Amino acid sequence: MNELLKNLTEAVGVSGDEKEVRLLIRDLIAKHVDEWHVDTMGNLIALKKGTGASDLCVLVDAHMDEVGLMVVDYDSNGTLKFEGVGGFDNRALLGKPVQVGPKKLAGVIGARPIHLLKASQRNSVVKMDAMRIDIGAKDKDAAKSKVKVGDRAAFVTEYEEIGPTAIGKAFDNRAGCAALVELLQAEPYPFDLYATFTVQEEVGLRGAEVVAYGIKPDAAFILESTPAYDMPTKDDVSPNVALGKGPSIYVMDRGTIQDPRLVSFITKTAVAHNIPFQIRQPGGGGTNTSAIQRTGSGIPAATIAVPGRYAHTPAMMINLDDYANVVKLAETVLRNLTPDTVKRNA
Amino acid sequence: MNELIKKLTEAYGPSGFEDGMRDLIRPEIEPYVDEISVDAMGNLIAVKKGDGSGLKVMLAAHMDEIGVMVSHVTKEGFLRFTNIGGVYPHTLMGGRVQFANGTIGVVHSDRLTDRGKIHPLNKFFIDVGATSREDCPVGVGDAAGFVRPFIAQGSRLTAKSMDDRIGCVVAIEAMKKLASTPHDVYCVFSVQEEVGTRGAMVSANGISPDVGIALDVTGVGDVPEARPMDVSLGKGAAIKVKDAGMIAHVGLVKVMKQRAEEANIPYQLEVLEGGSTDARSIQISNAGSAAGCISIPCRYVHSPSETVDARDVEASINLLVEILSKPIAL
Repeated sequence: MNELLKNLTEAVGVSGDEKEVRLLIRDLIAKHVDEWHVDTMGNLIALKKGTGASDLCVLVDAHMDEVGLMVVDYDSNGTLKFEGVGGFDNRALLGKPVQVGPKKLAGVIGARPIHLLKASQRNSVVKMDAMRIDIGAKDKDAAKSKVKVGDRAAFVTEYEEIGPTAIGKAFDNRAGCAALVELLQAEPYPFDLYATFTVQEEVGLRGAEVVAYGIKPDAAFILESTPAYDMPTKDDVSPNVALGKGPSIYVMDRGTIQDPRLVSFITKTAVAHNIPFQIRQPGGGGTNTSAIQRTGSGIPAATIAVPGRYAHTPAMMINLDDYANVVKLAETVLRNLTPDTVKRNA
Repeated sequence: MNELIKKLTEAYGPSGFEDGMRDLIRPEIEPYVDEISVDAMGNLIAVKKGDGSGLKVMLAAHMDEIGVMVSHVTKEGFLRFTNIGGVYPHTLMGGRVQFANGTIGVVHSDRLTDRGKIHPLNKFFIDVGATSREDCPVGVGDAAGFVRPFIAQGSRLTAKSMDDRIGCVVAIEAMKKLASTPHDVYCVFSVQEEVGTRGAMVSANGISPDVGIALDVTGVGDVPEARPMDVSLGKGAAIKVKDAGMIAHVGLVKVMKQRAEEANIPYQLEVLEGGSTDARSIQISNAGSAAGCISIPCRYVHSPSETVDARDVEASINLLVEILSKPIAL
């Protein structure tokens, strides 16, 4: 059982309320780094000093937050109205258990049972504003005494491993966080390595927008979990990425064209060290890379991700070999990175 | 000048993949500036020093062009692709694209069941002559630009990527003609404009200019059933007043008009309803700057046959030289 992934995914950290995850990560890395601090937004920033062999400064980022819900009002029957924090497909919500507020009260996103659905209702999607979280409160006052407006609600999924596959919530992006923790627990790198565990990615890369300003690194690597859609299809189309085929390397998404020099360095490193990889299908999506790349006068940046099925739903699935290979690839890339890869000869 | 336009417009350089463009432009500009550098994202920054009495002026002409990127190779060796920047499906059928390794592809679409309707982008494919995934010379993540020869017919000049190689030409020619200037002029050949003015954003953060002037193309209203717009080919440099992303600095617009009138340079005022330029990023970078744009009127923007008029190009060069030669009172 991978305890790191278990602890990180079972912790709760809906965007804007990442404290539990931050404290957990802080305790995991504190004795492996030289300095750490928490900035105004709540980003955890750690410095692992290098051996002095290289004068580069490199940043590696993973966002701590996960998508979730926020309580916005009470109904007279004691149920809770809510809004999404981050992006959801409404179809993934009905009937799912949730944990509400700092006390992690058990609740469920209520659904009308199939017995009572009219034929027309069976074919339509219930909108989020018509859904309620039921915490078993008998009326509005009972609900108010237990839950405050603004409290977050998160999914409840126990981490499990089945063969090479892991099931859990929030692999997006605790898989990236776990990989970054492992990178920090390893031996020092030739250069100073800044690790940033960022907040509020799921609501618009808000932590990442400020995190690189003070650091001004020569290069940045962003560790993510990217949605895999690799179910069988009858047409000849690519899965964007597939489970079990290795770390996914970004080239272009909606927000970023990755630095081509870094992309080429990552793929060459993977080939040279026999680490499998897949190019993530270019097109939509976005990561902290766009905010970090365009900080100040610009930072060469690239993204390495663990493919994950069913992102932004209560239960995700990753392949543990993919995860291990992301850690291996990222570490190999860092240990072999030289100034001529990222510095321009004027 | 047509030789330079031909050289720059026919070259490969989709957004994010501008290395070759930078290598082409650098020797053209280097003799006319005091310093030259490349920043982290790949912007080429050429600096001509002033006499110390003027402002810090940033010019931006973007090197990148729209293009496509392979997203899937079918087992028969055809390429599905996604867009880099604003690529319109109706401009693609029967066109050709070129990859960084020189591979040329023909663009076509799945069978049209209704000829009055064009497919969306995901129903188009590129044929590079491959017969399988294994013998396909390009793969997922490879970028391509369009292919089309430059032509000069009378004063009309047609090419792919006039947007914005013609802006690069205006910058180069103006720096050639600029004998002396009170200003420190930072002539930036920017990257990744077509995907959201990303290069100009970071170069402006690094430079912190007082004044920012983008050199880019703009739309026109002088073709059949065009959206009404008071800009025409051959009527002079367009001084931008407003586009969808920026309201130009009022004082700078006034200076531009005044210089054009003093020097008898034909100009037109531009209000562009859709689209924007690097000036938008420069205006709001760091603590902000006075930003504007000299636009070269262009027909058929974001098609393989973007068309400008040589007289407007001349006027744009001359206007830029006039602005840079004299004090800029905002």
